[in-house]
Amino acid sequence: MTDIAFLLNGTPVTVAGERPTRTLLDWLRDRQGLTGTKEGCNEGDCGACTVMVTDDQGCRALNACILFLPQLHGKAVRTVEGLTGPKGEMHPVQEAMVEHHGSQCGFCTPGFVVSMAVAQKNGATDHDDQLAGNLCRCTGYAPIIRAAEAAATAPVPKWVDDKPARSDGAAPYAPGSADELAEWYAAHPDAMLVAGATDVGLWVTKQLRELPEVAFLHACADLQRIETVAGGWRVGAGVTIAGLRLAMEAPHPAFAELLRRFASEQVRGAATIGGNIANGSPIGDAPPALIAMGATLHLRKGAARREIALEDFFLDYGKQDRAKGEFVEAVTIPETVPDLACYKLSKRFDQDISAVCGCFNVTVAEGRVTAARIAFGGMAGIPKRAAAVEAALVGKDWTLATVEAALPAFAQDFTPLTDMRASAGYRLEAAQNMALRYFHERAGAPVSVLEVTP
Amino acid sequence: MSVAKPVTHDSGRLHVSGTARYIDDVPLPANAAHLAFGISTVAHGEIVSMDLSEARAAPGVIAVWTADDLPFANDVSPSIHDEPLLATGTVHYVGQPIFLVIAESHLAARKAARKGKIEYKELPALLTVDDAMAAGSRFEGGPVIWTKGDAAKAITGAPRVIEGRFEMGGQEHFYLEGQAALALPAEGGVIVQSSTQHPTEIQHKVAEAIGLPMNAVRVEIRRMGGGFGGKESQGNALAVSCALVAHLLGRPAKMRYDRDDDMVITGKRHDFRIAYRAGVDEEGRILGIEFLQLARCGWAQDLSLPVADRAMLHSDNAYNLDHVRIESHRLKTNTQSATAYRGFGGPQGMLGIERVMDHIAHALGRDPLAVRKANFYAEATDRVAPAPETGHESFPDDPDVDLVSRGSETMIRTDAKIPAAEGFQTTPYHMPVEDFILNGLVAKLEETSGFASRKAAVDAWNAANPILKKGIALTPVKFGISFTLTHLNQAGALVHVYSDGSIHLNHGGTEMGQGLFRKVSQVAASAFGVDVATIAITATDTAKVPNTSATAASSGSDLNGMAVKAACDTIRERMADYLAREHQTVPAKVRFADGKVIVGGDEMSFAEAAARCYMGRVSLSSTGFYATPKITWDRKAGRGRPFYYFAYGAAVSEVVIDTLTGENRILRADILHDCGTSLNPAIDKGQIEGGYVQGAGWLTTEELVWNDKGRLMTHAPSTYKIPACSDRPRVFNVDLWDGQNREDTIYRSKAVGEPPFMHGISVFSALADACAACGPNWPDLQAPATAEAVLAAVKRARGTGA
Repeated sequence: MTDIAFLLNGTPVTVAGERPTRTLLDWLRDRQGLTGTKEGCNEGDCGACTVMVTDDQGCRALNACILFLPQLHGKAVRTVEGLTGPKGEMHPVQEAMVEHHGSQCGFCTPGFVVSMAVAQKNGATDHDDQLAGNLCRCTGYAPIIRAAEAAATAPVPKWVDDKPARSDGAAPYAPGSADELAEWYAAHPDAMLVAGATDVGLWVTKQLRELPEVAFLHACADLQRIETVAGGWRVGAGVTIAGLRLAMEAPHPAFAELLRRFASEQVRGAATIGGNIANGSPIGDAPPALIAMGATLHLRKGAARREIALEDFFLDYGKQDRAKGEFVEAVTIPETVPDLACYKLSKRFDQDISAVCGCFNVTVAEGRVTAARIAFGGMAGIPKRAAAVEAALVGKDWTLATVEAALPAFAQDFTPLTDMRASAGYRLEAAQNMALRYFHERAGAPVSVLEVTP
Repeated sequence: MSVAKPVTHDSGRLHVSGTARYIDDVPLPANAAHLAFGISTVAHGEIVSMDLSEARAAPGVIAVWTADDLPFANDVSPSIHDEPLLATGTVHYVGQPIFLVIAESHLAARKAARKGKIEYKELPALLTVDDAMAAGSRFEGGPVIWTKGDAAKAITGAPRVIEGRFEMGGQEHFYLEGQAALALPAEGGVIVQSSTQHPTEIQHKVAEAIGLPMNAVRVEIRRMGGGFGGKESQGNALAVSCALVAHLLGRPAKMRYDRDDDMVITGKRHDFRIAYRAGVDEEGRILGIEFLQLARCGWAQDLSLPVADRAMLHSDNAYNLDHVRIESHRLKTNTQSATAYRGFGGPQGMLGIERVMDHIAHALGRDPLAVRKANFYAEATDRVAPAPETGHESFPDDPDVDLVSRGSETMIRTDAKIPAAEGFQTTPYHMPVEDFILNGLVAKLEETSGFASRKAAVDAWNAANPILKKGIALTPVKFGISFTLTHLNQAGALVHVYSDGSIHLNHGGTEMGQGLFRKVSQVAASAFGVDVATIAITATDTAKVPNTSATAASSGSDLNGMAVKAACDTIRERMADYLAREHQTVPAKVRFADGKVIVGGDEMSFAEAAARCYMGRVSLSSTGFYATPKITWDRKAGRGRPFYYFAYGAAVSEVVIDTLTGENRILRADILHDCGTSLNPAIDKGQIEGGYVQGAGWLTTEELVWNDKGRLMTHAPSTYKIPACSDRPRVFNVDLWDGQNREDTIYRSKAVGEPPFMHGISVFSALADACAACGPNWPDLQAPATAEAVLAAVKRARGTGA
């Protein structure tokens, strides 16, 4: 096994003797003395630890606090210290942040400037989305956005143009292909597979768990492809949420918009669709939409492969239809789902976990409902179809009265819980109201507060 | 002059390059120990047994201490010694520190801290204000009641009576930098670096804990990564722990809370229930009003008394109340000890009366802004109310009382004489309101924000949209400036001019992002007529300026700016004296401007002037001191002039809600705020924008949830949602009121830290307005107005909900 090797602020480094779950943040601060990268929450929610990571897929902002060192093999990492030029020249976003009074206490600032530098390099000007994963408690964000806008058109400094380190040899702890992974995992069925580490990271940083043997999936390039297949797209398990969002924008804008609100830029850049599904979260965000769309899941154990409807994968809270040594290889998404609508309800619009995520796909022909796929996250122990509601709709005229008549069926489908995100009663009522929203939206009424202007 | 210029933050370049150093970034000696607390898992219980053998045996553990291992005071309370560093016998909330792990690394300490085996005999836990009221569990014995006039009689005689009650949640500070401290052993004591708003408090508590006088403890803080009140008293436990380890084990020690630990262990903004009963006339003028304020204070007293006092002190906000009665209960519960948070109770009290205004308007079918204006205090004239004769505050009976903490407010009375203020309207605490500017300020804001036409547009929009509804509101802010514990209104500074003309500045205030250091450096630069770059800003240090008050109550630049100016003036006068003698002229003819000193017909650089003065054996170093005039306060009686002046402002918020889910967002905000003559308009604007968003967060997405066992369920940013980037209003207009402070403050500026926070109330009021547009009934919106709370209010408005 080779050492972990990557570029750090343009200089090649190798890491030896660290446990595979050592986070980049701890290593930067404790071993490299690069204390510009801050620990704000240690769970990927505040962005104070944001670093720039460049590989053959481009340049991304990632949270260093839930990024394990082996995930960086063969890549380039640039911290806030590396944004400043070799002669001490300020990066345009740094300059703009000073001039526009974008820092007050300054603790979130390194994370912000790294996110801004990534966006600036990528030419992204959707600043609210680019910075949704960076929390600031002082400024109210207004001056930061002014700074981002001011720096957007400045030339990208050449010193942030990283060429990822060429890796000689396999990445440590990381199979290099799906076949290799399948073989290894079948032989190590108790091991843990780590894709983006945006959830597993917290098991380490918050629950302080000692993980069993781990394998990182980022080196399986063949799992990171989106292929056109008959009737749709076969999306490899290793495709990031960011990658999926981009691919879905044209064919499935409602799904893409849901993915826009999936965590934050930093998390979307790390988290994978396979991880999101295999993790089995009751909320999940992508699974309810995929179930409503009628997606198929591809599982693999060794050389054996099987396909199931995605909704059949989720058996019960914390329990999936996945054998030991079996892993999610891909998910197939239908080509067209014209009637899809996805509604995410959370306390905060961006970077929050859904209280309720409702996805509707009702087919209407000549005024009658011919088919319905409705799935919810946050309403049960698993992402789940609203079978009774669907049954109450199918075969009926597509009218408000039909939808209203179907609302009581929600209580047959779901017995939601009360927790810190929402009460059971509110969840049920909001789910029912989402059905009404779906009806009104199809009828052309404005239903999204996000689209209202002053 | 440097003052009044929009100079950038002094640390801006350090912030953006990652080189601004915070406690956790300080390089440590190799033998440094790292600390973590083992904490209680029950809300109330007796510790029956404690087995810490596994924690002690865990990898990298140096030692594990309990209360029995502490040699001197086991206390980190800023008030009445009711807050042991480590629990003794009984635990009072989920999260209370019980034992201290000292380990070779942060991670080793955290891991070992989870290995304590503690058995409890659980006791009934008081978790809610109802629990505490039923059990009579209060601080200060009974409620505090202040009255003016005869509220009950006025209400009885009023044409209309409006009654209601509502809940408002607390708020987690969510400073981005968590609590942190480190200590180094030193000859005869310790040197502590602490992320604290109150270095002298840390010094005091550390001295008590290691059994040495305050002169053995030096506390330093260069900057915090945010404070917001959360670092006024909550850093004590970490600093004391580190100092104990440094002192007893002779090795450096650092402690920083993991974010979840920080949120579980430390106190937050007090949540309140406020009930009200107002008698009004047909115009909505309040003839008499009664407030009942229930504050959930948590398990220890901390700063709860002055917080609850300030809630009472702001229950009038901008409105003249002739007959008023305010009853305040400070309830002791088995939850985190609620503490200082930006506004310090003021926001809660103010939200109470603003809610009443909306309720009156709804009940009478009148425009909420018209009702507000009908109740405004009279606009200021040139007349000045007689200032109180300064008296003496009673000296506390307890010799150990922490004199520099706001928590010690418990026993303060004053013998000051408060003159009658004939011809002035007075607050419910009998202070004449002589500087009121909101009639004019609100009129200006109505005009610049296009309030009337936008309100009409909102109504039209609502008529056309059945599912989404808009709301708009204008709310005012009048916030009292001064510590209500009068003696804390003092500050010191230390200024050195070196012989090369460079200037070293130190004062008792701390920098937490608010731009205080920049503002005081502008004051110093103005005093010497030099460029602000000439001034070196250094860490706050108890060895340089002693006996400092917390950087709190928005007082930082008012107090420290004046102290710095006093020190600079002293040095400048000495220089002028000497240079005048040297040039055979008079000191009055020596001018300091543009980096030069002009003496008679001669002109020299400031550096040359400094060198000459040094050669002439003139002292180029001075302390400065300031004590706020005119204030006195008897909190028992609820009478006096607790505030030197008021800061004013008003905000218009426009929002939209979804009547199907309750989802909501701010569309636009227009704020006009009074900073007097701003010391730095850019920094002040930053405080206003940031304060507004933070205040809006308090009243919308920021919901603290405890389960029925008293465990805080929203203990991380994954579940506790402060505003994110896209939550700010897309149109966000902030302007400064063109005026000056009529009191003689530093360059006639006004304090700005806390007042703009309360502009967030306009968001809540606008959301209530949008809910009210859904039906004929009073929506009775509760705070925070989460989507769930908004949907409930929509249903009440429609008469379909509880």
